[in-house]
Amino acid sequence: MTSAIPPAAIFIIGALFVPFLKGKAKQVTLLVIPLITFLDLLLMPEGSYWVIHFLDYDITFGRVDKLSMVFGYIFTIMSFISILYAIHVKDDMQHVAALLYVGSALGAVFVGDFLSLFVFLEIMTITSTCIIWSRRTEASYSAGLRYILVHIFGGLCLLAGILIHAHQTGSIEFGLIGLNGLGSYLILLGFGINCAFPVLHAWLPDAYPEASITGTIFVSVFTTKTAVYALVRSYPGTEALIAVGALMTVFPIFFAVIENDLRKVLAYSLINQVGFMVVGIGIGTELSLNGSVSHAFTNILFEGLLFLCMGAVMHQTGKINATDLGGLYKSMPLTAAFCIVGAASISAFPLFSGFVSKSMIISASGHGGMTVVWFMLLFASAGVFHHAGIKIPFFAFFSHDSGIRTKEPPLNMLIAMGIAAFLCIFIGVFPGSLYSILPYPVDFEPYTASHVLNQVQLLFFSALAFCLLILAGIYPAEIRAINLDADWFYRKGAKVFYWLASRRMPWAVLFVISVGFVIY
Amino acid sequence: MNKDKEGAMKEGHFFDKPQNVKRFLMGFYISLVLLIVADFFVPKHADFPWESFPSFYATYGFVACVGLVLVAKYVLRPLVKRDENYYD
Repeated sequence: MTSAIPPAAIFIIGALFVPFLKGKAKQVTLLVIPLITFLDLLLMPEGSYWVIHFLDYDITFGRVDKLSMVFGYIFTIMSFISILYAIHVKDDMQHVAALLYVGSALGAVFVGDFLSLFVFLEIMTITSTCIIWSRRTEASYSAGLRYILVHIFGGLCLLAGILIHAHQTGSIEFGLIGLNGLGSYLILLGFGINCAFPVLHAWLPDAYPEASITGTIFVSVFTTKTAVYALVRSYPGTEALIAVGALMTVFPIFFAVIENDLRKVLAYSLINQVGFMVVGIGIGTELSLNGSVSHAFTNILFEGLLFLCMGAVMHQTGKINATDLGGLYKSMPLTAAFCIVGAASISAFPLFSGFVSKSMIISASGHGGMTVVWFMLLFASAGVFHHAGIKIPFFAFFSHDSGIRTKEPPLNMLIAMGIAAFLCIFIGVFPGSLYSILPYPVDFEPYTASHVLNQVQLLFFSALAFCLLILAGIYPAEIRAINLDADWFYRKGAKVFYWLASRRMPWAVLFVISVGFVIY
Repeated sequence: MNKDKEGAMKEGHFFDKPQNVKRFLMGFYISLVLLIVADFFVPKHADFPWESFPSFYATYGFVACVGLVLVAKYVLRPLVKRDENYYD
C-alpha cells in the first residue's frame, strides 16, 4: 500500500470546495490542487492498488507504471499552467468543470479496468461540454451540443465494445487487446472518436474554437491525449493505425492553410500532431511507442502554448481571424516571442521540444522501411511548419499592420505562457530529461549532424516556399468564409430529419433507417 | 483607422523599415545557400537511398509546401468554401 491518494480524488474533492471560496482563497486553492497532485504522484510507487471488488470484477484505481506516470506528470503540469492562465476568470461553472475534467482524465490514466475507464471518459465528455458552453454564446451552445452528441455516440460504441469484450474473454482488464472481433473494433471506434480519426474528427475543429478563451486550453489537451494513452495501452502494433495516423497527419494541413480563424488552424494542427502519435502506436516498436508517448508529452506543452498565445491575442483584441489581425508584435512583443517558441517547437526545430519527440516516430517508420508512410510524415512535417509554424505567428503578429494597438495580457497569462515556453526549450535542449521517464529504455540520439541538417533544410526551404508564394501573391488570401468539413453530414442531415419529422414522421423514420443502412 | 496606420508607420518598429525587411530576407537567403553547401560536408546515415542525394530534404520541403498551397487554394477551397452564415 501507499501513503498517496488517487490523483483524480484531489481534483474532484477540490472541485467541490471551489464554489464556496472567494477571492484570493479561491485562486490559491485552484493553484494548490495541481501542486499537491504532483507531489502525490511522486509518492506513488509502481504497482497495482486501490482495488475494489465490484460484482464479479476487480475495479482498479491505481495501476501505476512508467506509461501511466508519464501521462500523469504532463497532465498535472499542464493543468497547473491552464489553471494559472484562467485564474482571473470569475466563472465557477468553468472552474469546477475544468477541475472535474482534469480529475477524470487523471482517473482514466491510472485505472486498470475498462469499466472505470468508461465512467471517467463519460465524466470527461460532460465536463468538457460544460467548458465549451462556458463561453455562453449561441455558437458555443450549438457547437457544445453537437460535441456532446458525437461523444455520447463514441461512448456508446465504447460501452458496447467493452460488454462484448468482457463477455468473450471474461475480463475487463484495461490492457492489450489488438484487433480481434467486433468488441475490439467497437472499443477502437470509441477511442478513435476521442482521438479525432479521419472523418470522425469534425467535432474537434467545430467545438474547440467555440469554447471560451481559457476553456479552449483545457479541452485541447486532455480528451485527445487520454485517447492516445488508451491506444498505447490497448492497440500497440495494430497495423491499421499506421494508415489512419498517416492520413491524420496529412489531410488537416490542407484545411489549415485556407482557414481564417487562427484557433481553428490550431485545431487542425492538433489533429495533425495526434496523427504522428497514432502512427507511432501502429508501428508498435519500442522506439515508435516511446516516440508517441514523448510526442504526446511535448505536444501538450507546445500546442498548449500556441493556444495560450492565441487566447492572449483574443483576450486583448477581441479578434481571432487572420483577416483582422497583424502587426501585433509591436504592442505584444512577449506574447509574440512565446508564440514563436511554440511555433518552433511544433515545427520540430532543433533545440525545441518537438524535434526530440517527433523524430523518434519518423525514424521508426524509416527503420521499418515504410516508404509511403515516411514520405507522408515528412510532407506533414513540412506542412505543419507551414501552417502552424509560420502562418500562426506571421498573420497574428507580423503580416500587414492591422492598426490594432493594445498591450500585453495580464501577468497570470504571461507567466503561464512563460512556463510552457521554458519547458519547450528545456526539453529541446535536454532531451534526456524526457527520455528518462519514457516507458521503454531509450537508445536514440536526436542530435546527429545529418539529422539536424536534414531537418533544418526541410524547414528552411518550406519557409522559402512560403516566402516566395507570399511575395508572388499566390498564397491564398485569408477570406471571411467558413470551410465545410465532415460535420456537414450530421449538421445538414439533422436538418433534413427535423424537416421530415415535422411533416411526415414515417418518412423521417425511413430516412434514419436508410442512413443507418448506408453507414453499415 | 487610417490615422492609426499613419501613427503606426511613424512609430518606426523593426519591420516598418523596408531596409530591415530586406536585411532579414538577405540573411534568410544566405542561410539557405549555407545549408546547401553544408550538405556536401556532413556524413549521412540514411534509411533510404534517396536521403543521400544532395539537398534531398531541401528539395522535398520546398516542393511539398508549394504543392500543399496550390492544392489547398485551387482544389480544396473551391470545394469547401461557403458563406460565413452557411449553417444559420
